[in-house]
Amino acid sequence: MAHTNDIILKTMTQLIAFILLGFSIYLFFAGHNAPGGGFIGGLMTAAAIILMYITYGYEKIEQILPINFTTMFVAGLGIATLAGIGSIVLGHPFLSQTFEYYNLPIMGETELATALIFDLGVYLGVVGVTMTIILTIATDSDAKEDEEKAEA
Amino acid sequence: MLNEFGAQMLDVVLWISFVGVTISIFILVYRTIKGPTNPDRAVALDAIGINMMALVGLQAINLGTDRLNDVVLLIGILLFIGTIAIAKFLEKGVIIDRHNH
Repeated sequence: MAHTNDIILKTMTQLIAFILLGFSIYLFFAGHNAPGGGFIGGLMTAAAIILMYITYGYEKIEQILPINFTTMFVAGLGIATLAGIGSIVLGHPFLSQTFEYYNLPIMGETELATALIFDLGVYLGVVGVTMTIILTIATDSDAKEDEEKAEA
Repeated sequence: MLNEFGAQMLDVVLWISFVGVTISIFILVYRTIKGPTNPDRAVALDAIGINMMALVGLQAINLGTDRLNDVVLLIGILLFIGTIAIAKFLEKGVIIDRHNH
């Protein structure tokens, strides 16, 4: 296999990955009033991580981001379920939500909604599932590579 | 009078643009399925994504809203990642390298 020079991709990824992560956080907080929310924010985060994996290879990013994505999506499902059960504990139907306006120090008057907790669960779940699926497929090639080596 | 004419003209232009972009997407789908080589398919998929961005932009003009701007940006980003993945697959045969070279 010829050694290819991908310095443009590597230089661009350093910048674009952070723009993508920032955009994903924006989408996450823009949810439930504007287009956005946990699902698409999680998808953007996964896209940024996948871009880093594509550019720098599996082993390097595995060292930089030692996150167990399986645990992450189980935690996300747990948070989403607990956010639903919490409303039962307070005497309302499952998954009912509320919001309130608060004066925060820097941001001024801000709307804080309990739907954000559920969204956080969705966010972690989407990142975890997407990365688990893609990394499982991407790292599945060991058996095939061994066969090719044996044939060669 | 002039406002009414402008609204009608915008309507007509929007419909022509919708139909044009839609026909373009169908032709590109043909190229994606039929395409003799894989680079043809990659370029066709890229162009389908660009046409989708155009459709969302036209719909934003049609509805007179700015809520769809995020969607255009989002399609662009996902398209960018997809194009890079296809390009790397065509060049190296793998998308995520297992071992450092």
